[in-house]
Amino acid sequence: MGFRVSQNGEVTLVEVEGQLIVGNRRELKQQVLDRLQGGDRKFVVDFASTGYIDSSGLGVLVSLSKKIREQGGELRLSSLNEDLRTLFELTKLDTLFRIADTKEKALEGF
Amino acid sequence: MIDPHQTTDGELVLELPTDIRTIEHAVQYVIGRCPSCAEEARRLNLNFRVGLTEALANAMLYGNSRDPSKRVLVEIAFLQECIEARVTDQGDGFDPASVPDPTTPENLSKPCGRGLFLMRKLCDEVKYNAQGNQVTLVLRLESGGLEGGVQA
Repeated sequence: MGFRVSQNGEVTLVEVEGQLIVGNRRELKQQVLDRLQGGDRKFVVDFASTGYIDSSGLGVLVSLSKKIREQGGELRLSSLNEDLRTLFELTKLDTLFRIADTKEKALEGF
Repeated sequence: MIDPHQTTDGELVLELPTDIRTIEHAVQYVIGRCPSCAEEARRLNLNFRVGLTEALANAMLYGNSRDPSKRVLVEIAFLQECIEARVTDQGDGFDPASVPDPTTPENLSKPCGRGLFLMRKLCDEVKYNAQGNQVTLVLRLESGGLEGGVQA
């Protein structure tokens, strides 16, 4: 369980491996905020290798999206499996984020 | 760390410290005790996993206010027609009716407040005791039940 952060041109790609839950949300938040403070403005969080997100994980994405927008940037999401998409739809967070089918599509034209 | 044991009537009981790092392991342990869950895989891995995870997180973060000296009691009954999970914290309790809908436009951008909502959406029943420090989640088994009962 962890996060893999890489740079794709101007875009910071964060791949969530395992789960994004109450126990590790702060690690993701700190990694993204460090990059935001360093000047990064475009972020993609990819969930291709993610089994589960809990409400705390959803909350940290909402919080990060707001902070990034305040700095003139954007946070996009990609590769939600059926279960994760269900969570976003139930909570209506699918209306708050731009969600791509794959990380490649999320990176395209960002 | 999660101190599991089984009662004489087949209930699985876990007593957890107030430590959010134990949640994932505890939930996985409970789901792993279900011996015949292929037909219920999605409801166990999404609905029940989410419900139990949120109940434990609420108990530790809000019920016990992260106090490491307090414990969370988890009692699981694998019945023929459903799974019942009862989570009890050592806090003062709260009024679940006071929790706002996180999907309204004014709440959608708030970072918290989705745990109880997800429990209610994904479990068939969510019941609190009068004090508000114990929640019971019920997941009905659409395949007609689990065979073999709980695996200790």
